[in-house]
Amino acid sequence: MNSVERLVHMANQIATNLATDAAPVAAVADHIQQFWDPRMKKMIFAHGTAGLSPIAAAAISLLADAQNGA
Amino acid sequence: MTYQPQNDFGTPESRSDETVSLTIDGRNVTVPAGTSVMRAAAEQGTSIPKLCATDSVKSFGSCRLCLVEIDGRRGTPASCTTPVEPGMVVRTQTPHLAKLRKGVMELYISDHPLDCLTCAANGDCELQDQAGAVGLRDVRYDVQATHLGQEKDHSNPYFDFDPSKCIACSRCIRACDEVQGTLALTMEGRGWDSKISAGLASDNFLESECVSCGACVQACPTATLVEKKVVEVGTPERSVVTTCAYCGVGCTFRAEMRGEQLVRMVPYKDGKANRGHSCVKGRFAWGYAQHQERILKPMIRKSISDPWREVEWDEAFAYTASELKRISAKYGRNALGGITSSRCTNEETFLVQKLIRAGFGNNNVDTCARVCHSPTGYGLKTTFGTSAGTQDFDSVEDTDVILIIGANPTDGHPVFASRMKRRLRGQDGRPGAKLIVIDPRRTDIVRSPHIEAQHHLPLRPGTNVAVLTAMAHVIVTEGLADEAFIRERCDWDEYSHWAEFVSQARNSPENLQPVTLVDAEELRAAARLYATGGNGAIYYGLGVTEHSQGSSTVMAIANLAMATGNIGRRGVGVNPLRGQNNVQGACDMGSFPHELAGYRHISDGNTRKLFEDDWGVTLDPEPGLRIPNMLDAAVDGVFKALYCQGEDILQSDPNTAHVSAGLAAMECVIVHDLFLNETANYAHIFLPGSTFLEKNGTFTNAERRIQPVRKVMTPMNGLEDWEVTQRLAQAMGLDWNYTHPSEIMDEIARLTPTFAGVSFARLDEAGSLQWPVTADAPDGSPIMHVDGFVRGKGKFVVTDYVPTDEKTGPRFPLLLTTGRILSQYNVGAQTRRTENVAWHPEDLLEIHPVDAEDRGVKSGDWVKLASRAGETTLRATVTDRVAPGVVYTTFHHAVTQANVVTTDFSDWATNCPEYKVTAVQISASNGPTEWQEEYEALSTRSRRVETGIAAE
Repeated sequence: MNSVERLVHMANQIATNLATDAAPVAAVADHIQQFWDPRMKKMIFAHGTAGLSPIAAAAISLLADAQNGA
Repeated sequence: MTYQPQNDFGTPESRSDETVSLTIDGRNVTVPAGTSVMRAAAEQGTSIPKLCATDSVKSFGSCRLCLVEIDGRRGTPASCTTPVEPGMVVRTQTPHLAKLRKGVMELYISDHPLDCLTCAANGDCELQDQAGAVGLRDVRYDVQATHLGQEKDHSNPYFDFDPSKCIACSRCIRACDEVQGTLALTMEGRGWDSKISAGLASDNFLESECVSCGACVQACPTATLVEKKVVEVGTPERSVVTTCAYCGVGCTFRAEMRGEQLVRMVPYKDGKANRGHSCVKGRFAWGYAQHQERILKPMIRKSISDPWREVEWDEAFAYTASELKRISAKYGRNALGGITSSRCTNEETFLVQKLIRAGFGNNNVDTCARVCHSPTGYGLKTTFGTSAGTQDFDSVEDTDVILIIGANPTDGHPVFASRMKRRLRGQDGRPGAKLIVIDPRRTDIVRSPHIEAQHHLPLRPGTNVAVLTAMAHVIVTEGLADEAFIRERCDWDEYSHWAEFVSQARNSPENLQPVTLVDAEELRAAARLYATGGNGAIYYGLGVTEHSQGSSTVMAIANLAMATGNIGRRGVGVNPLRGQNNVQGACDMGSFPHELAGYRHISDGNTRKLFEDDWGVTLDPEPGLRIPNMLDAAVDGVFKALYCQGEDILQSDPNTAHVSAGLAAMECVIVHDLFLNETANYAHIFLPGSTFLEKNGTFTNAERRIQPVRKVMTPMNGLEDWEVTQRLAQAMGLDWNYTHPSEIMDEIARLTPTFAGVSFARLDEAGSLQWPVTADAPDGSPIMHVDGFVRGKGKFVVTDYVPTDEKTGPRFPLLLTTGRILSQYNVGAQTRRTENVAWHPEDLLEIHPVDAEDRGVKSGDWVKLASRAGETTLRATVTDRVAPGVVYTTFHHAVTQANVVTTDFSDWATNCPEYKVTAVQISASNGPTEWQEEYEALSTRSRRVETGIAAE
């Protein structure tokens, strides 16, 4: 696994484990916001949503939008 | 202070709340009911002669030396076995008693060698003291048959057994039974033929079941069992109380010294974590501190292919600072980072993270807790509001049901395991606690002398969450949940949501049995016992955290404890058994990249401002890189410099090939350690470290207990580790001027609310303090969440079982799980450099007889252990401790490098590696793998030190 593949794997893993949360997309986005360093976030934003589960993809889009809006 | 033996009150303390007043030798004394006359006398300062009594074990009444006269009683009762009674009038010294005692001593001495002047215990021998105390001047017996001249047993590397000096008082046997709980020692023969045996008549101490904890040596009143070091150098002349640097139990020891030479480490009776007990590591395995392989001078090299060059400290700091500045200028400040050590003190750890945040200008700091208990931090903070374990160790005394999951306390936390075993055996008519063990292996505690788990659930590795959810299913669907507790303490809606989830038929034990391989009826019975058996306490270790669902498992444990009301009082709770001596402290000190000291997120502006104002810098509000992320970034070419204090990531972290690729890609790896460890093979700068005997500071153990570490000798390398970090920071341009670690603790206390009341002065006064230490709790907090959870309401979190991505298949059909054993510690850097190798000279692969037979493997055969990540070879041992389909090994030896085969799958929330589940194949082998051969060559090449040219 290269670094981007690993980030995709990690995001999917987070999404799977937070799928039972009341608001899973927000929970995944919050988790990534709290624990990933800026470069990791930038890398996955640049990668886009390919290979991401629907929850993970929505969370990444949410974070990317927030970043761009800021 | 000058040398004084620790006080011995003769018999154990009584815990009774009632008191009794009596008169001893004309003086009134008031003691708790149930106290012996001997102890009552000792507490008022009267020493009654004794030989078979010592306060670590129950009274025995065999030596007949402690006889006293009591008004209204016939004869002369033994004071050790006579409990006090109200109004009792006792005389301890009368002419009649003196005559009796002298007669008893005369008999003892008639069969004891009179070589006091050349005896190792000369001056520290109770027999000698008592002979003096009773005034024995002559031995009238012309003894024909004696026990003298028997062969000594030198087999144990740390102590000798000389049966000729034994007075058959049985203190050693009772210490082994009652204190350690191994029951290895016994009295062989009867009457005149009585002789202490280490097990079977054919056993010596090394080959027997003795675990070398030292309790027998401590209990022996003569030189029968004596430390080899005392034989070699003589008795100590002073002592200093300090804290052990091995596991998270945090035993308090007296370092007993002659000048600057350590003679022995003796467990301290007033130590609140260990209560006077020890294990083979803390008691004996400190020889690494003076090992010839210790590096004492700083060393540098341009490239890892060059030999090392010794330099003076000034040059080392200047060079290190210039390299770090060069890399920061060339690649940006985020190309730098560091790792704090769970083996160093709180003060040292705090300084390393401060150097990184304030000096390097980023949050790329992590600690070895990443690879052990980071899921505990996440899981307990989410559910309870703080990542702390909830109890003190004493709490186990009030536990009725002990649930151990993913922990092997008799090997990993042996001193606490002894206390656990004492509670499991029951005492003084009180029945023992019940035991549930959830572990793929039949660990020693499942069945050992006088202990048998009511339920052992040998689950398939990787299915912890499924097992705990199934237990929750039983508790909720059978109406065993403590709804009153939940309504009062927890969020009821979240509970209802969780209860609805666990009640689903898919989460029943029967439905999950094919996944977990745990018998559904047995699981139901275990769940009922935990929920209804009285005070239930959960103890867990790395078998919980080191999984892809490590954090979920911690939360599932917290759910179970809340659902059954087992939180907030003595005897219950959720107890993470921390691996290393200061892993709790390292986490507390802000070693994680996303949070500052006291578990406050780096994005929190108020907290950041507190630190910014104190440190005079601006802090980055974004979280930094965790260890695996640093390695990924290094491989990507953007992370270039690492300051690694007291951790050996190349051996301890998973997927060695990936770790070495990451390290090899860096331009400046700084290793600050005692030895040229495996990581140092890839280092450019080596800063020699100091041992726990050579510095001042504090460690925080698994029960949040902050304990002093005291310097007993000058650092052989010249500087304490905090001084090394400070000098490096100064070379980087930071204005740091600490003159003592107490000033660092003052800064920690100033910036961390849970440490507000901590200072070295308070610690000296109290001995130790359990955080939070605040204005509300100035003496610390033994039990957490007493009046409510730290977060307010306890939070139930739904933990759905998600199978790991690491799958078995035709190529890799077995599951490997890794762990450790009693005599070795972590990567073995310390214990491999002690005589402990006598017990564990190499890592072995445990394999079930069926799997072994399928592969034609016998015990002692070399086998190849291969996974998708890599392969290594080691020797096999065939045993049914592991289930079919599961193999197990330890990771203590660099030659084996078990982590060559572990993968980089990790916990979803924290990236804690999944050490406990790797799909592997085993096959016969006739030699080391290519990796092992190449690695050995690299190590030899990398450890060359340039020899200086002699001056003319």
